[in-house]
Formats: sequence, structure tokens, C-alpha cells
Amino acid sequence: MSIIEMIKQPWPWYVAGPVIGLMVPILLIFGNKTFGISSSLRHMCAACMPAKIPFFQYDWKKEIWNLFFVLGVFLGGIVSAYYLKNDANVLVNEKLVTELSKYGVSDYSSIIPNELFNWGSLQTPRGFILMVVGGFLVGFGTRYAGGCTSGHSIMGLSNLQLPSLIATISFMAGGFLMANLILPYILSL
Amino acid sequence: MSEIKNTNTDFEVRSLDAMCINDEEKKVPMWSNLQYLVFGILFGIVLIKSEVVSWFRIQEMFRLQSFHMFGVIGSAVVVGAISVFIIKKFKIKTIRGEEIILPKKDFNKGQIYGGLIFGFGWAMTGACPGPLYAQLGYGASVIIVSILMAMLGTWIYGLMREKLPH
Repeated sequence: MSIIEMIKQPWPWYVAGPVIGLMVPILLIFGNKTFGISSSLRHMCAACMPAKIPFFQYDWKKEIWNLFFVLGVFLGGIVSAYYLKNDANVLVNEKLVTELSKYGVSDYSSIIPNELFNWGSLQTPRGFILMVVGGFLVGFGTRYAGGCTSGHSIMGLSNLQLPSLIATISFMAGGFLMANLILPYILSL
Repeated sequence: MSEIKNTNTDFEVRSLDAMCINDEEKKVPMWSNLQYLVFGILFGIVLIKSEVVSWFRIQEMFRLQSFHMFGVIGSAVVVGAISVFIIKKFKIKTIRGEEIILPKKDFNKGQIYGGLIFGFGWAMTGACPGPLYAQLGYGASVIIVSILMAMLGTWIYGLMREKLPH
């Protein structure tokens, strides 16, 4: 198997995790920056619609590195789609396949379920809740918590910050509640 | 004069909860930001190829049906923590010779309330903020809606901030 063919395969956790972890020292050493993604949403608010809200009254241009970083993440998605795509389905646990089939989700050809996330389903109750309400909660919650998976769970935990552990436990608790108790109702809509 | 005043309040506001309160002391040229573009591209590729951005994988994680996501986050933290330890222990400096500053975080209730709210959104969209950008790049154009809504959520938080329990 050629190297490019190997890269195209889904990467195991023990390859991906350490590379993600290395983002922490890379950003610190190359520019004294702490790893964090959700701040980019705040900087975009500060840049586009500060509206005299004190929370957005700061010099966002000083944080522009963060916007370069997320632009890179976006470009990384494009690069993967054009050069590193593999045509195999996403392989998931059989139990999940059985459960999702009840809601008419059976297409595993893409990283996100095509039946749920598309422009047409945006006008259906479940598509609207997942994409619009879900997106809102991601933005509101991460800022309220002061960070997301990268800022708290990876950067904060790497620096042994107790508040980040509390935040991470809360992320997981919220996710467990939603996925197991509430999401079944949303998917049934 | 107003310039100086702005800078001070700026720091105060940012230090409240911004994830990036540390700055380089020296002025760096604009083009040097391109390095973050490169790191971002690498990060985006890892997110896609490890399927961390997959809605399916997130559902597995929250149903305890797969070790994959826990392995990714866990090993990332181990590598990150070892790196931070080494940086502190040997007082490693940045490439421009500055001391590396690691900000301490203070506890506030927002980490619990906001954390739970983000957890809900994470299980619904199957994505945290990083993966949203990667999914959009990967070709899921409708995810732009989720990103704009995440911006709106951030904006509404900023608007309501004083009234929320922290």
C-alpha cells in the first residue's frame, strides 16, 4: 500500500489523538498562543456586529491568528475532500446502526448523515432543530463555558486546570443526556 | 489618549474568559499569521481523517458504543500534558525567545451551565466548533447554517452575559 493510500484510510485514535495533542506545544512555541477554537466565533462577532456590547469591545485584530487557524481548518476539510477522500462507508457500532435505522438514517457514505443534514431537511422540524437550534447551543454554550473541546478538554486539561475538568465533565454530561434521552424524540419528528 | 484607554479595557474584557489572553510582546508581521493557517490545515485534516468530525462517531461516543473518541481525546490530553510539563520544566521559550505564558482559569458556574448547553449542541450537531469548519470545507455546505447559528449563539451570550449566573 502506498503512503497516500494509507493516509486515505480512517486514522486510528492513537495516531489522531497525539497529533491533536501536539497542537498545544506547537501553538505555544510558535507564538505563545493557547489552543482554542470557539474563541473564533467571538472574534467574528466582535469584527462583524459588536453592537456596543461590552463583551465584544476589544481589539479582535490582535486575535487574528485564531481566524487564520480556523480558516486553515476549513481548508483542511477541502484538502481532505479533494485529495484524501476514501469511498468506504463510516463503520460504526451495529447497535447504533440498528437504532438509527428506526429513524430512517441508513446512509453512511459521508461523515454526516445525508438524510439529516441537507438544505432540504432544514425546512423539516428535525433538521431545523439539529442544525439551527444545535448550532445555536454550540455557540452559546461554548462561550458561556469559556471554551470548547479544544480550549477546555485539550488545552485546559493539558495544563491541569480544574475548571477545565469541570467544563469537560459538563460537556460529556450534556451530550449523554441529549443523545440518550432527548435526541430519540427529535429524530422521530 | 483614547487609544491607551481602549487597550486597557480591552485586556480586562479579554482576560474575563478569552482562551487566548497571552500575546507576543514583540510586534509580529501580518504574514507570520500564515503559520497558523498551516497548523489549521493540519488540524482540519486530522479531524476529518480520524472521523472526529463525524456525527455518527459522536453518537457512538455518547452511547458508550465505541472507544474511538475517548481514545482520541484521551491521548491528545496525555500528549498535551506531557508537552506542557516539558515546557514548564525546561522553561522552553517561543521561537522568538519569549517566555511561554500559560494562563490559569478561574472557576465560575458558567463552566457547568454553559458546558451542559454545549453538550446538548454537540450531541445534536455532532460537532464542536472545530469540526463545524472542517465539515463545511469537506463539502457539507448546509453546515454554514450551523456556523452562523453558533455565531448568533455567541452574540446572544455576549448580549445577556450580565444577566446570566456565573
